[in-house]
Amino acid sequence: MDRLEKALSSAPVHIAVIGIAVLWTIPTAGLLISSFRYREALTQTGWWTVFQEPLNFAQFHLGNYVDVLTSQGMGQAFLNSLVISIPATIIPLFIATLAAYALAWMQFPGRQLLFVSMVALLVVPLQMTLIPVLRTYNLLGLAGTFLGVWLAHAAYGLPLGIYLIRNYIGSLPADLIEAAAVDGASHLKIFTRVVLPLSVPAIASFAVFQFLWVWNDLLVALVYLGGNQNVAPVTLVLRNLVGDRGQDWHLLTAGAFVSMFVPLLVFFALQRYFVRGLLAGSVKG
Amino acid sequence: MTTENLLRVLSAIAAVVLGSGGIVVLFFVANWLVDRLPRNVRPRLLPLVYLAPAVLLLFIYLVVPSLRTFYLSFFDARSRNFVGLANYIFAFTDRGMLIAFRNNILWLVLVTGISVGLGLIIAVLVDRVKYEPLAKALIFLPMAISFVGASVIWRFIYAYNPPDVAQIGLLNAIVVSLGFEPVGWLVNRTVNNLALITIMIWLQTGFAMVLLSAAVKGIPKDVIEAARIDGANELQIFRRITVPMISSTIVVVATTIIVAVLKVFDIVFVMTGGLLDTDVIASRMIREMFNFRHFGRGSAIAVILLLAVVPVMLTNIKRFRQQEATR
Repeated sequence: MDRLEKALSSAPVHIAVIGIAVLWTIPTAGLLISSFRYREALTQTGWWTVFQEPLNFAQFHLGNYVDVLTSQGMGQAFLNSLVISIPATIIPLFIATLAAYALAWMQFPGRQLLFVSMVALLVVPLQMTLIPVLRTYNLLGLAGTFLGVWLAHAAYGLPLGIYLIRNYIGSLPADLIEAAAVDGASHLKIFTRVVLPLSVPAIASFAVFQFLWVWNDLLVALVYLGGNQNVAPVTLVLRNLVGDRGQDWHLLTAGAFVSMFVPLLVFFALQRYFVRGLLAGSVKG
Repeated sequence: MTTENLLRVLSAIAAVVLGSGGIVVLFFVANWLVDRLPRNVRPRLLPLVYLAPAVLLLFIYLVVPSLRTFYLSFFDARSRNFVGLANYIFAFTDRGMLIAFRNNILWLVLVTGISVGLGLIIAVLVDRVKYEPLAKALIFLPMAISFVGASVIWRFIYAYNPPDVAQIGLLNAIVVSLGFEPVGWLVNRTVNNLALITIMIWLQTGFAMVLLSAAVKGIPKDVIEAARIDGANELQIFRRITVPMISSTIVVVATTIIVAVLKVFDIVFVMTGGLLDTDVIASRMIREMFNFRHFGRGSAIAVILLLAVVPVMLTNIKRFRQQEATR
């Protein structure tokens, strides 16, 4: 009897939770199903009609993916996104960790002030920097190059990275560092042998956060890579697909999933780190 | 064809290695150089080696350009003649700009209110079911999707076909099955802004839920138990205990979403291009920059964006530091 009452009273909770979870999943699921359907079927019937004959696998194929990867430049874009995202994650990671170490464990005047001013740059919206940086890039011939995007993303990611990693490194036990210093270890040795291995959690969460940020970015790519199709990442190519082929759903659906594949993989594999980065990154601009 | 693809992949790998390795090599070279110096100079130069790359990058990409943008906002389209406050006057009087401000306020109120409200409700409810991790992952998932990807997902939901053809967009299929005429969600000026705002709510609710859920789990169980014994019902517990106890997290989540909304541009840019009265401040700035080539106005709008973001960010950082201190 008691059990029945409990089940009855919690029924609304289950309905609400399951309802919202389903509601939140339908948009993505609909797109995923559609991306495997044939072009004609896609434009004539809704994707939910596949459930009328759920075991009929003949209604699905991989053609849309082949099409979008080869003829629409999504394959090259996928490579470009990797080429942009990996260095644009590693460069700020390395620079931020170095700076964080110096700010936490080196003695020099103005240390605290420097740290606070670096973190204060979190409040600057990217939009404040686009026009002058783009003009300088045009002068130096850096517009439309990977190097230009790497450095820009690295700089934009630094304030958060320094904040996250400095707080973590600063909380390491001082005895450890001092003991190593007494043993005559140089800063380089302490940094590479002691501090780096211990800071993996903070470094990982910044890495996941920055990688997803860069991979999903449209603004920086749009402004600094402009119309150069050879170096365009997936977000830019997908956006151009929407502009040029707005009614070709077989391309748009498959293209969207090509662009989402890596972030979803990272998300499921490293969700824990992503959440931690997000907790701290809730101040990222 | 295959050799060409192989070359592409190889050049991609080479670019990644060069880009990532270059900075590491630079650091070790600098370190080696400092080590060659006399002993008494070393400790003073070493912090420089560690900090120089960060300071240089921040200066070149954030500090100097921001000051320059502020300066350019007082000049004309080509940045040649001083025009005083003309760009700012334009920003606050032009009809298109006023619509952008109106839309942005609508975005702020709806996205922040609904995302935080829904996130809070889900955070409390999900705490009581066994399949909590799965439900959370599903709702949180959109966080990993780019704004462009999300825009494509929702374009498909909003797809419109004339009334005499079968609807392929889910929303219009539902509307038609209820016996109404299909709606052009993205072209109809009364609903198109709401259609775009929905996308942002879908993206941000999971974020709000994850943070608020962590806070809800931090509430001591005995407090809740004591209230139950005193005869408080679930709604009273929610209003009198849960919400006040996690209020600081609610503020952090709300301010974060506010800042994200102030800077939103991708959704508008991909879905409507800012046409049909759907512009927001950030998308308008990009249009001034690229479509109208008016760098003075673009800069002025960027400055306005900064002025809108700074106070919100400062509260957030202050709150956050308090939280860090009490952790």
